[in-house]
Amino acid sequence: MTKSAVEANQKEMLSKEEMLSLYRLMLLIRRFEESTYRKYREGKIGGYLHRYDGQEALVAGIIPQLRKDDYILCTYRDHAHALACGTDPRQIMAELMGRATGCAYGKGGSMHLIDPDNGFYGGDGIVGGPVPIALGVGYAIKYRGGDQVCVCYFGDGAFNQGGVHESLNMSALYGIPVLFILENNKYAMGTGVERSTHQPDFLLKARAYGIEAERMDGMDILEIHSRTQAIISNIRRESKPYFIEMNAYRFLGHGVADNPQQQKFYRSESEIEEWKNRDPIHLLGRKLEKMGWLDDSEKERIEESVKLEVEEAISYAERSPEPAIEALYEHVFG
Amino acid sequence: MSVMRYAEALRLAMTEEMERDDRVFICGEEVGQYQGTFRVTEGLLERFGARRVVDTPISETGISGLATGSAMAGLRPIAEFMTWSFALEAMDVLVNHAAKITYMSGGRVKCPAVFRGPAGTGNQLSAQHSQSLEAWYAHIPGFKIAMPATPEDAKGLLKTAVRDDGPVIFMEHAGLYAQRGEVPEDPEFTVPFGLAAVRRTGSDVTVISYSHMVGSCLKAAEVLEKEGVSCEVIDLRTIVPLDTEAITASIRHTHRAVVAQEEWKSVSIVSELASLIYELCFDDLDAPVERVGGPMTPMPYAKNLERAAIPNEKNVIEAIRKVLA
Ligand SMILES: Cc1ncc(C[n+]2csc(CCOP(=O)(O)OP(=O)(O)O)c2C)c(N)n1
Ligand SMILES: [Mg+2]
Repeated sequence: MTKSAVEANQKEMLSKEEMLSLYRLMLLIRRFEESTYRKYREGKIGGYLHRYDGQEALVAGIIPQLRKDDYILCTYRDHAHALACGTDPRQIMAELMGRATGCAYGKGGSMHLIDPDNGFYGGDGIVGGPVPIALGVGYAIKYRGGDQVCVCYFGDGAFNQGGVHESLNMSALYGIPVLFILENNKYAMGTGVERSTHQPDFLLKARAYGIEAERMDGMDILEIHSRTQAIISNIRRESKPYFIEMNAYRFLGHGVADNPQQQKFYRSESEIEEWKNRDPIHLLGRKLEKMGWLDDSEKERIEESVKLEVEEAISYAERSPEPAIEALYEHVFG
Repeated sequence: MSVMRYAEALRLAMTEEMERDDRVFICGEEVGQYQGTFRVTEGLLERFGARRVVDTPISETGISGLATGSAMAGLRPIAEFMTWSFALEAMDVLVNHAAKITYMSGGRVKCPAVFRGPAGTGNQLSAQHSQSLEAWYAHIPGFKIAMPATPEDAKGLLKTAVRDDGPVIFMEHAGLYAQRGEVPEDPEFTVPFGLAAVRRTGSDVTVISYSHMVGSCLKAAEVLEKEGVSCEVIDLRTIVPLDTEAITASIRHTHRAVVAQEEWKSVSIVSELASLIYELCFDDLDAPVERVGGPMTPMPYAKNLERAAIPNEKNVIEAIRKVLA
């Protein structure tokens, strides 16, 4: 079989069960995120809180096809990545509520979810922060002669940080197996892409460093899934970086403080509505319906099971104890 | 005088300085169209236009370079860091360029830039966003450092910062932005650097602090007053230059000193103050100086751990009791 035939075949090979599980994962992310605002308003979650609504396909289309020994790094907008990595939602919710049973023992909070057992090397509160770290993680893979990949997510705003450019250059120079995923959701807080860079073509920038790059529809999980399969196996085989710009959109404000009133300073309601028409969950749902793989009762069943999982996560977190005060002094030194 | 919030006082200072001097401009992330992350620069883009209120990408090195270079070339930039935690991206420009150019050039080139933004701890912002790093800058010769505790000082010190011929590290506190207070409307009102304020007079112990922590020290003094303890509370207002005169004068009549801040306790401003007090006031002291600072741990997220990691009035009271024991 030719390479493209293999790809086409793989695309078709996504079984009904696999597609439904991607659908369920995206729905789980959405419902989980919705519950976080409720808990924030109840005062059970504090600090900064950034949701992933609208961008679910960027993680659900990629992370489930990775191996357990691959690495994933991302930004503070990290709940979805943890869920896609297979981190127990109960541990995620417990972390958001600052409980001892959280995935970082309550020490990290929303921006610093982490779960190395599932390859998740964490969210990062610093814009651009994960990119230099991904370079080093990728170097460790290459150093040991392994065929893992490191997937590094970062935002359109982050592309203007010096450290990002240094790291892209070095990853190509040394042949580092990192898949860079640019979550181009069009805004960095209140700054649209065209107001933060005179060259909004991110592919050109990656290619300038000698990195192969392409753009994908961030709302279409099946496209992302099928096209990244070959990319990931190439990275494993050839040990070199690859760059994907995801054409995506953030449905909600940047964080809790960026409420609808505040968003008027930088974007219109009609723009948001237009993007919501291409909600990645509904897009996949409609496709599945057309294929006859999803009907109302099945939808209802998935919705119920997701709801249950989120509720369980919440009640687990709420039942969990706060960290012991002695924990303050633990884990300072390695 | 009119009553306004700390954030509004900062805005008033910038507005007046921009009206007074065309060389003054603002740059930073979300300072213009978005009206400022903490609303400090609200309305300034509309008032002064995009030439003087510059929205930047998320590029702290670039922002600092914009300010440092334009200051060297004769402008009076006010660069805003969304928070001082993000200035870590810009350390080289700040430390190796802005702070040193006057010295390296034998005084031939100046750098009258103000670097400002919120610093400090709190709000469950956890390890990367919740910290008080003024000691880093105080360690570098060349920076002046202002950390206002009241709306009046926010205005007066910021105006002095803009008019200063060297780089000024201006650290605000997010926990103070909403605080209200009397602020002089006079556009020529300034607060000079290096002049501490006695916020409360007393005779048993001198409590020295600055920024948000001054409030905790005043609360501690109130509590102890009921026990018959009389505390003098000094607000340093600027760390560099430091008003050693005010410190020694107070200790000369109280004979006891507590220094307090929400920074990490080791290798800190409170350490520096304690050793200065030993050097300058050794013969006046009736007890060892007590330092109040945070534990040597990154800031945890969980509410109960965070509460244990940020010094408060209880810690100040304990320290005062210790020096009086
Ligand atoms: C170094 C640094 N500067 C500023 C910030 C404040 N900040 C947090 S998120 C953000 C916007 C980032 O936008 P983008 O990279 O597009 O990611 P998105 O939030 O859209 O996912 C900013 C300015 C920060 N966390 N770190
Ligand atoms: Mg973005």
